[in-house]
Amino acid sequence: MILLWLLLVPAAGGVLAWIAGARHPDWPRWIALFVLAIDFILALTLIGPAVASGHTSWIASLDLPWIPQLGISFELGLDGLSLVLILLAIALGFVSVVISWTEITDRVGLFHANLLWATTGVIGVFLALDLFLFFFFWELMLVPMYFLIALWGHERRFYAAIKFFIFTQGSGLIMLVAILVLVFVHQHATGHLTFDYLALLGTKMSPSTAFWLMLGFFIAFAVKLPAVPFHTWLPDAHTEAPTAGSVLLAGILLKTGAYGLIRFVVPLFPDAAHAFAPVAMALGVIGILYAALMAFGQNDMKRLVAYSSVSHMGFVLLGVFAWNTLALQGVVVQMLAHGISTGALFILVGALQERIHTRDMRLMGGLWGAVPRLSAFGMVFAIASLGLPGLGNFIGEFLILLGSFRVSVPLTVIAAGGLVAGAAYALLLVQRAFHGKASPHPDAAKPIDLTAPHLAVMAVLVIAIIGLGLYPQPIFDQVAPGLAVLQHNGAPSVGAAAQGSQ
Amino acid sequence: MSAAAFAAFAPFTLLGTVTIVVMLLIAVRRDHRFIALSTIVGLLLCCIALPLAAPASPTAVTPLFVVDGTALFYSGLVLGSAVIVAILSYIYLDGWTQGPREEYYLLLLTATLGAALLPESVHFASFFLGLETLSISLLGLIAYASPRGEAAEAGTKYLILGGASSAFLLFGMALIYADLGTMSFARIGALIHAGDPLDRYRVIGVAMILTGVAFKLSLVPFHMWTPDIYEGAPAPVTAFVAVVSKIAVFAVILRYFVLAEGHADTSLRTGLAAIAILSMLGGNLLALLQNNVKRLLAYSSIAHLGYLLVAFLATGSLGQEAAAYYLAAYAVMTLGAFGIVGLLSAPGAGRDADQIEDYRGLFRTRPFLASSLALMLLSLAGIPPTMGFIGKFYLMVSGVGAGLFWPVTALVVGSVIGLYYYLRVLVAMAMPVPAERADAPHKATPFYGNALIAALLVLLVVLGAYPAPAIALIRMTVGFTSG
Repeated sequence: MILLWLLLVPAAGGVLAWIAGARHPDWPRWIALFVLAIDFILALTLIGPAVASGHTSWIASLDLPWIPQLGISFELGLDGLSLVLILLAIALGFVSVVISWTEITDRVGLFHANLLWATTGVIGVFLALDLFLFFFFWELMLVPMYFLIALWGHERRFYAAIKFFIFTQGSGLIMLVAILVLVFVHQHATGHLTFDYLALLGTKMSPSTAFWLMLGFFIAFAVKLPAVPFHTWLPDAHTEAPTAGSVLLAGILLKTGAYGLIRFVVPLFPDAAHAFAPVAMALGVIGILYAALMAFGQNDMKRLVAYSSVSHMGFVLLGVFAWNTLALQGVVVQMLAHGISTGALFILVGALQERIHTRDMRLMGGLWGAVPRLSAFGMVFAIASLGLPGLGNFIGEFLILLGSFRVSVPLTVIAAGGLVAGAAYALLLVQRAFHGKASPHPDAAKPIDLTAPHLAVMAVLVIAIIGLGLYPQPIFDQVAPGLAVLQHNGAPSVGAAAQGSQ
Repeated sequence: MSAAAFAAFAPFTLLGTVTIVVMLLIAVRRDHRFIALSTIVGLLLCCIALPLAAPASPTAVTPLFVVDGTALFYSGLVLGSAVIVAILSYIYLDGWTQGPREEYYLLLLTATLGAALLPESVHFASFFLGLETLSISLLGLIAYASPRGEAAEAGTKYLILGGASSAFLLFGMALIYADLGTMSFARIGALIHAGDPLDRYRVIGVAMILTGVAFKLSLVPFHMWTPDIYEGAPAPVTAFVAVVSKIAVFAVILRYFVLAEGHADTSLRTGLAAIAILSMLGGNLLALLQNNVKRLLAYSSIAHLGYLLVAFLATGSLGQEAAAYYLAAYAVMTLGAFGIVGLLSAPGAGRDADQIEDYRGLFRTRPFLASSLALMLLSLAGIPPTMGFIGKFYLMVSGVGAGLFWPVTALVVGSVIGLYYYLRVLVAMAMPVPAERADAPHKATPFYGNALIAALLVLLVVLGAYPAPAIALIRMTVGFTSG
């Protein structure tokens, strides 16, 4: 039941924030903070071992009838993986509210409603165990995100918002077709029409069917991740989104793609995914290098961070398809670290833009003298982003490379080159923006440094990224049972007998 | 006619009576509000009578009609939509003073009568009579509020093209009669089932019927008239053409195909699949080019009828259910969209509020109507939690279940294209208000207009988030024809 509350609290909070926005512009902010805090506490209570009921890793689950005529139920399940990602989602939602305090002054109620609904959709994606329900939430999170970009974004927001929507919706529909074919294949085999993930695991089908279905799912998740060559929506969406929108996109929405790969693609189609792994890993490596190169060439600071995001997600793709314990643990840490570090970088870029009204690094330089705190935090997260040991991203990337080394040495060697490229663009960002000679600002007035709320947020994020870098063990412990079951389901069959042993 | 037949047919007898009563009332007292109210009450009474007739079904009423679950379901949709159109019409005509307004309701009632009888029809005679009653009344409705030049133009176009399509239909029926010697759907089906060889008469006959019906359903390549007439007709009438007439024609052709074994014919199925794909792609692509919201919605309705054909092609109960649910969803969202266009328009102004420009900044000036229109458009685009989403999902279930590869592909591609122009309207509404309209006063919407839209919204979202009751109803009614 607590899972339902996890969804209902932010959803209802969104409605409340919308209504309250008409009374006073600050009320929605407080409501959103309050609601997310409650949701966070609810999620915190779920930390702990899986309930010991047989061979499952579910910490909590819920199954309500929804559309029984079509074999669809409102089935939620939470394991360590979902829990960790949900905690990240809620925390970043909280952060987004705080950092929008001064940036968003227009239609505050609707903004926070959309923010909360987007968070609801993402939490739903992380919880859904019914494939239709999953698709429902998958689509549901698009609309608020679309509005966040289209209504509160920057210059080319409409273009970016529509591009974002069409890319994700189009790939989502391909996934829907794949879901339906899978369901009918299952019905054909068992005479049972159901969208239940657990029932569909281990469905027997011909290798070619499995391959096409796997591809249908893969495309949807690869677009969301995003993996090269499906990434072109992301720099636009990130650049044009308001800061909170960028934080949500990078911190949470991209994770749904990775989550989908781990939860659905490999376990549902183990053999096909295994056969496809070299291609997917190669795409991951291409993404790492190509996006790093692109990031290196950007003048727009936000675009640079966006491309670095694509590069980091290349590691995730590499790790998922390496599909061993080390790599998967690395993927989880990479997702968390990326959410924190990229989110923080977007916040800093947003704060800079609020102060000097540009994101163009050619117009920056020497900011350290003007805004020392902001610059210091900028450097910390830029260094985190390049994978300095002791910070979270290092653990993630290192484990992923360690895991993929066992699967493919050449790909791992090339991917490791991405770390060098990462150092190049991250240091370039620091150097061009914060160091060097102070350039005359478009605004004559000296920009003010980070204010207390921003400082508090940054401090928390720094602590989180250092904590993740120095002592990631609690995360591993939390996700281990879930990953173990997933790995068991996703193991390619040696003989036919190994299949369907759920 | 037996007592059971009388009982089952009662809602339709009542509708006929209401029409006559309203006609007499106009003769007695010419008062717009009074006539509109009697029309609405009469239609509501017919809606209430439908479930009461259900226990007596399924019953054959003369060789021409069968009242069964399917018929009652679709008639319910038709009547419910007619009530909504009547209310919208009242609001729309209320500001119009240049001529008699009362006869409008008479035409609306006769059109509804024709439409409500189509889902019951199991015979070419009733099929054609119902269709003509509907079409001829529509002609008057489209050209109503005549000072608008486009309305008269639209009416004339409908007269000529509708007449041509009726001629096709009639000729097709005649050919089939010449071949098989019967006009009853079930009898045709039995003869085909018994192995009557497919000859030239029948092929041409079926093709001509299909042509006529495709005209009425505005499917590509017989869609040319649609945007002009949707644009020219007053907004509530456009809603009527887009919803009521489409539901009625779709229901009767669905029944014809089930009873007359149309699905047994492979070449026919191929032709239908081609029409479906052309409609989905053509409708959506052409909608991209429109700057007029009514034309845009016209092309989008072409695409939606194309989507519906996917369910049509998917034989079996899943296809029937999907079609029924999608038609219900289509009715709610299309009525909502055109209803809002109508509420935004001032009939005295000489044109409806139909340019995309008219919608700029609507989120600020008319927040309720803008948010409602946004939801309707998102539903048309198939985004949760709306009926449009479940409907599209249902269509895809039926399409994938029947292994219709190309139609389902076209459905996916069409939906993605469609997203672009729905979002375009949304974006326009989100833009700042243009300076020249910044403080222009706008027509206040009467509260029942808002209440109506709110009711449609509730339906849209509730049945979109929890569709089980609607599906149960569809299973209960539409289900037992196939059995």
